Amino acid sequence: MIHSLFLINHTGDIFLEKHWKSVISRSVCDYFFEAKEKAEDPENVPPVLYTPHHYLVSIYRGKLFFLSVIQTEVSPLFVIEFLHRVADIFQDYFGECSEAVIKDNVVIVYALLEEMLDNGFPLATESNVLKEMIRPPTILRSVVNTLTGGSNVGDTLPAGQLSNIPWRRAGVKYTNNEAYFDVIEEIDAIVDKSGTTVFAEIQGVIEACVRLTGMPDLTLSFMNPRLLDDVSFHPCVRFKRWESERVLSFIPPDGNFRLMSYHVSSQNLVAIPVYVKQNISFLETGACGRLDITIGPKQTMGKMVEGLKVTIHMPKMVLSVNLTATQGTHTYDLTAKVLVWDVGKLNPQKLPNLRGSLSMQSGAPKPEDNPSINMDLKIQQLAISGLKVSRLDMHGEKYKPFKGVKYLTKAGKFQVRT
Amino acid sequence: DLSNSHFPLYNDQGSAEAAVEAGQETTPTSSGSGAAFGLFSTDFKKNEDLKEMLESNKESLKLEAMKRIVGLISKGKNASELFPAVVKNVASKNIELKKLVYVYLVRYAEEQQDLALLSISTFQRALKKEQLIEVIEKLLKDKSTLVAGSVVVAFEEVCPDRIDLIHKNFRKLCNLLVDVEEWGQVVIINMLTRYARTQFTSPWREDAMFDENNEKAFYDSDSEEKKGQADVKTYIMDPDHRLLLRNTKPLLQSRNTAVVMAVAQLYWHLAPKHEVSIVTKSLVRLLRSHRYIVVAFKHCYNLLSKQGMFEPYMKSFYVRSTDSTHIKTLKLEILTNLANEANISTILREFQTYVKSQDKAFAAATIQAIGRCATNISEVTDTCLNGLVLLLSNRDESVVAESVVVIKKLLQTQPNQHSDIISHMAKLFDNITVPMARASILWLMGEYCERVPKIAPDVLRKMAKTFTVEEDIVKLQTVNLAAKLFLTNSKQTKLLTQYILNLGKYDQNYDIRDRTRFIRQLIVPSEKSSTLNKYARRILLASKPAPVLESAFKDRDRFQLGTLSHSLNIKTSGYQELSEWPAVAPDPSVRNVEVIEPVKFLLKSALFQLQVSFTEKPSYSCSFGNATRKTQVVKMLVCSTLLLRPTPPPPPLICSPFTASFPTLHTALLSFTFSSPFIFPFSERLEPRASVTVSMGIDFSDSTQAANFQLCTKEDQFSVSIQPAVGELLMPSTMTEADFCKEQKKLLGMNETSATITMTTANTSSQTINKQVLSVANVGVAPSSQNNFHRFAGRTVSSGALVLVSLELKESSSALLTINTEKSIMASMLLQDLKQALTEA
Repeated sequence: MIHSLFLINHTGDIFLEKHWKSVISRSVCDYFFEAKEKAEDPENVPPVLYTPHHYLVSIYRGKLFFLSVIQTEVSPLFVIEFLHRVADIFQDYFGECSEAVIKDNVVIVYALLEEMLDNGFPLATESNVLKEMIRPPTILRSVVNTLTGGSNVGDTLPAGQLSNIPWRRAGVKYTNNEAYFDVIEEIDAIVDKSGTTVFAEIQGVIEACVRLTGMPDLTLSFMNPRLLDDVSFHPCVRFKRWESERVLSFIPPDGNFRLMSYHVSSQNLVAIPVYVKQNISFLETGACGRLDITIGPKQTMGKMVEGLKVTIHMPKMVLSVNLTATQGTHTYDLTAKVLVWDVGKLNPQKLPNLRGSLSMQSGAPKPEDNPSINMDLKIQQLAISGLKVSRLDMHGEKYKPFKGVKYLTKAGKFQVRT
Repeated sequence: DLSNSHFPLYNDQGSAEAAVEAGQETTPTSSGSGAAFGLFSTDFKKNEDLKEMLESNKESLKLEAMKRIVGLISKGKNASELFPAVVKNVASKNIELKKLVYVYLVRYAEEQQDLALLSISTFQRALKKEQLIEVIEKLLKDKSTLVAGSVVVAFEEVCPDRIDLIHKNFRKLCNLLVDVEEWGQVVIINMLTRYARTQFTSPWREDAMFDENNEKAFYDSDSEEKKGQADVKTYIMDPDHRLLLRNTKPLLQSRNTAVVMAVAQLYWHLAPKHEVSIVTKSLVRLLRSHRYIVVAFKHCYNLLSKQGMFEPYMKSFYVRSTDSTHIKTLKLEILTNLANEANISTILREFQTYVKSQDKAFAAATIQAIGRCATNISEVTDTCLNGLVLLLSNRDESVVAESVVVIKKLLQTQPNQHSDIISHMAKLFDNITVPMARASILWLMGEYCERVPKIAPDVLRKMAKTFTVEEDIVKLQTVNLAAKLFLTNSKQTKLLTQYILNLGKYDQNYDIRDRTRFIRQLIVPSEKSSTLNKYARRILLASKPAPVLESAFKDRDRFQLGTLSHSLNIKTSGYQELSEWPAVAPDPSVRNVEVIEPVKFLLKSALFQLQVSFTEKPSYSCSFGNATRKTQVVKMLVCSTLLLRPTPPPPPLICSPFTASFPTLHTALLSFTFSSPFIFPFSERLEPRASVTVSMGIDFSDSTQAANFQLCTKEDQFSVSIQPAVGELLMPSTMTEADFCKEQKKLLGMNETSATITMTTANTSSQTINKQVLSVANVGVAPSSQNNFHRFAGRTVSSGALVLVSLELKESSSALLTINTEKSIMASMLLQDLKQALTEA
């Protein structure tokens, strides 16, 4: 299936290659470079390409291209999904997925790739299983290893991989048994000039951190599962129980994992936590423009809005800005033409405001359209959809675990058109 | 090029120097020759270092060397010359070192076959295809979820056309599917899609009936009404077809997009048309995600145009200014496809925002999209046209140009009106510089010159002035306009036309010279060209069919959805065609598994009975199937409601695969395995002193490990542990003496366990021996021609492995007891039990 993998940085250097079958010359990447050249923006490179003898499937993650070489028919999404898993595993192991980090850990990376694909077909892609075979690097461990000559390679085969529940390792033991669930929701919205919501929806995930001894069998139920419009699950979740009872029944992996992703559609009236009063104008004559933005609370359910940040991609002709903010700091990146206003907390008594003038390239025509405003924000202890976990039950083990649920709302792709 | 010719040459020499250099130079992107040269000299030394390190006695040095070598390999550098030094470490005890050596071997074993100590691929090649198929056939029968995925991958690679191997495994695969690992699911679903298209008839029929009740009706042949229906030959879906659809549906909730797409394509290719919409939500999930939209889009295209399916999700595809151009264009394509009479005004309002986008390529794409909406939905054609005309005064040239091109196409679809638009465009003509737009206006003038009789000649006049500085396409259209005007209005334009034709005659571009010559012959009457000349008007001013505005993504129907072929719209190597539905379904009974299910159930697992009775002291007992060997467990118990639940770890002993397909009891067991607690069938209420017996099967997986449960009542719970005797894990097998000996010979060495025992003479009668052996082990008596030989044969219930027991009586009441089986642990336990039974008796 997947013949070879090349890792390429954004300047076009191949800095790692791995072959699962015979070696394919890296000159095959030239076809990719050609397409990359044509696309200009790396985001626009077509993910599936064909060359006379091979097919190339690639993803772009963290300023890196993961380029796989295929020789026979396979579903492109299959390859794309796998490449994202590889990137996820790197992220999980090294904290980030960058060229420097991959080069520093090339031996571990190679060991991981060796385990993740067997003869070109995905084998162990669960972080849980991989970590049993190849331990992730830590500062302490690398010090210990150099002193004792120890290694990062586990000397036992993961027992979980050959069981009916490959995602969980066997013989898990903890002195403190705990299970935490984070319900994280992102609001994707487009608000138009007048402040009306053109469209809004919520993308939610439940991230779990479960450290429980033995083989716990958990059941997580919601107060209002009907809110959920579309759901997708980690393989541990029993589909049938969800279909019939709307509860999540599962034997969890050990450690951190994403239990579920869900979607709440706009039909359920998505609450918009803030409003933006804005006035951006470019004068027809004279190299000048004005900007005035005020942010206020709208539907915050009585919670504090934090981490407020405004990002505006200015038209090319805006040379510099001369702005004053009543709160927070702002920067203007002259080359990328991006204005970022880091507001911080939203105080309903004293609304944050940013205003001032924009200086423009003289002689350039007035831009056709005003730039849109992208918002970032966070609200702790609130799931904006109203989703609530009602209870978590554990079967199969005798101890009483410590349980916790946390809620967080964030702005996803939240855009205000001006 | 130099490096290419050097590469093999240097490699033959095999010197360290050359190898490293070659590795360097085959890197097309290596940064500058200077840097490469610098690296080259250090690498040369390093390789010598590495050899020394590998040959040292210190493990840490070896490890360090191997790490660096892996680094070299990962950079695509040639480290093959280190092969002999690396291979020596293959037997190292350090597991990390061993793994790194393995990484190296996998990379170079093929190239260095003469040096490779173990070249796995040569072993593989030695296997013939027939042998491979045999192995695959065997493995397909396996009931483990772990095997299912891998074996179907092998099947697809080795013998994808051997559909016959799937028949017997079809139902099992359907039932296992949900528990197979994600990647295996994709391959199995794709394969089953292909299978289904050869085995079932098309559900895409007008008269088809899909009510699940009809399946029952099918069997319920007594009813007269139903008979009447059968006469009309209503389509009734094969239960196996339904099974496949039903069992794949839950996987739409998988986090793995490849699995979701596999199910979606299965529904698209196999489900009745009205059921395809089941997959919509999950596909929208894929399309919403920036990671997957680009690839998923092409596969979803066919479904997008299906009425009503995606419309409710329209707004999910609204464009944000921060999306990449690629994604913006795809979202636009989706919106255009979803447009209909009801939502067009909303979509057009949204499009107005896009037209103003700073991303001009996207703005241009939006204009084309408006054009497509205008042609597809006749109600809005005029509105769109007016909107586009407004765009003609846009400040951006590319927007104007694109509008002109789209307006031209639109006008062609409605040639009877809109001379006002044409004259408006003529006015703008001077300010438009984009060649394609100028050419389009000229074409419009020519085509509809009779509707703008005053303006067209004037435009031609202007063109005559600027002809020499125009782009080629504009020149061609000028010639075209001149010709058309000459035919309709030669009085005013004769001289202009001649002038332009003369300019064209001496143009630098031969296409233009050629066209000019052709036009001149066609329109200017002369002696030679008389015939053609007569038809000039009919040729040039024929009414032309309106262009069809359609998407570039159309016409991918010939490939299976979700495949690489479908994505690229070319047939890729290894692509397996999806066949057309057969007109008549092949015999569905081929999928029946030989043994009737309940019987197989009895055979395949140790059956025991759980008896719950209520006396003064309520108790339960449990016994194994055979009356002669009854194991009893008795415990105190008070019952009101009985719950049975496994204690941890949930025993994998109860194997789901074959319990899944059975009625009541097995279904119960299945849920018992996977969701607990499980309420036992007799749970309603038990009166005091009442007793209930339930049979249940446990697959002990050929191990004597106990299956643990809890019997729960409202107030209390009791642990139950059921441990089978090793002899209970067998079932009798009949075989001839010759077969027995043949099989025994295959199970020698490690597979043979024996012991010498002493027996009292009274016990050496064959009757007693048989009785004793059978009381311990559930085996069958195999015939023996010698009196001093006793043979028994059985198979393990779970895996069906042969267990052969033979007893050879020797002088002085000693005897040799031998057990031949692959299951060596079972053998030693069985030997103990038999020894005890035979000596004691």
